[in-house]
Amino acid sequence: MSTETAQTTDVKQPSEALLSKRRKKFITDPLIDDNPITIQVLGICSALAVTTQMQPTLVMAISVIFVMVMANLTISLLRNTIPSRVRIIVQLAVVATLVTLVNEILKAFAFDMYKELSVFIGLIITNCIVMGRLEAFALGNKPYDSILDGFGSALGYSWIILAVAFFRELLGSGSVFGVPVYETISGLFGEEFSLATNGLMVSPVGAFIILGLIIWVQRTKTGYVEH
Amino acid sequence: MQQSNAYIITFSVILTVVLGLLLSGTSQVLAPIQKKAVELDTKKQILGAVLDAETISKMSSEEVLEFYDKRISSKVVDINGEEIEKDSDGNSIIAENVDIGKNFKRSPENRQYPVFIFHTEGNEDEIESIILPVYGSGLWDSIWGYVALQTDVTTIEGVTFGHAAETPGLGARITANSVQARFEGKQIFDGSGELVSVVMQKGEGKDYSGDPHKVDGLSGATITANGVNDMLKNYLSHYKEYLKSKKSTNNSEVASVN
Repeated sequence: MSTETAQTTDVKQPSEALLSKRRKKFITDPLIDDNPITIQVLGICSALAVTTQMQPTLVMAISVIFVMVMANLTISLLRNTIPSRVRIIVQLAVVATLVTLVNEILKAFAFDMYKELSVFIGLIITNCIVMGRLEAFALGNKPYDSILDGFGSALGYSWIILAVAFFRELLGSGSVFGVPVYETISGLFGEEFSLATNGLMVSPVGAFIILGLIIWVQRTKTGYVEH
Repeated sequence: MQQSNAYIITFSVILTVVLGLLLSGTSQVLAPIQKKAVELDTKKQILGAVLDAETISKMSSEEVLEFYDKRISSKVVDINGEEIEKDSDGNSIIAENVDIGKNFKRSPENRQYPVFIFHTEGNEDEIESIILPVYGSGLWDSIWGYVALQTDVTTIEGVTFGHAAETPGLGARITANSVQARFEGKQIFDGSGELVSVVMQKGEGKDYSGDPHKVDGLSGATITANGVNDMLKNYLSHYKEYLKSKKSTNNSEVASVN
């Protein structure tokens, strides 16, 4: 395990750049090569549920980024004091508190979003990505690295759900971010011309199909095979 | 590293207290803002029955509240159409704060029925329409809405519907403007003064413009459409006494002018 020892000595050097090569990997790895959704296939439930439209998906993505960064930071700061026998409960308590905070803030400042997303925001608690990163990374790493790791994983999750939402909203409702794309296109070709929206895309089935296609394309490109 | 039980318990207690304080603190700080957000949302929904969604979405929240204050007056009536001002505990009732969903769980005789009156600016007697809340069950969960009636108390000026969990693309279409517009101009009383409500039909794409009591249905969402029908029928019949009293005062006003 020569690489691991090399890494630990690396951390101890105080002069390490804020975004050194090693730290950049925390952010870039989960985007493609170790993506939580497409490679690890975690957090699928919310990826299916919230992605009918771009706007709620974006709010969901921001919420997950917030919760993951803050949870990773908190757990990392407490990592030497958390009793190992109750660590899962401690993680759960921290995540649940953060999620409740997000929910309360949304209710106060973005009530429309709260009405639409409240159930799914609550489900961030059970999002395997969050608990997974806490258990696998934040418990054993320094706060700054943990923040980067949480941010990277959340970003990997976010861009996938945004991509799914883009196709589902475009094909299912004929719009992107609520801007009617299909109508505009039809308008260019005169009144006779109209594009039909696909009702399948609005249901969770559509998300499965889009997600499957994304995973397919990605694995063909990277050559990733499950062992 | 194996910690002692005392350490684990102390740690858990401190963590619980800290997180608990954090949560209750935020809740306290945010409560007034949340209350305002809920109030704004209710008022937007009420106005949704008489204004189209685009106009409302263009208004800022202050404009919505101001418009509401200027144009809407409200009261609460009981099943007999008589105004009630105080609840059983003697507290005064504010129509905007009446929780329709909670009232829905009581028997119809014991419910509070808010009435919102849309009047011309500054003159509460010059009524433009009467807005009534409705509440019921869709396919998966609750559905609700507001129905605005013209001063003849039978022609529908406009409706707005909301839902908790109807199927997107099917039942959830009750929130679409195109669906809600189908109710405009329909009649809830027939020629002899009997309440018949307005009924969504099975199937979609037929023209019901000739029939004042029927509207085009929702293809693939018949259960939600039936829920809407039951909701309208139930609540309009609960408001029947109030509407009848409104009708007779209107008639007597006409008579006195003649």
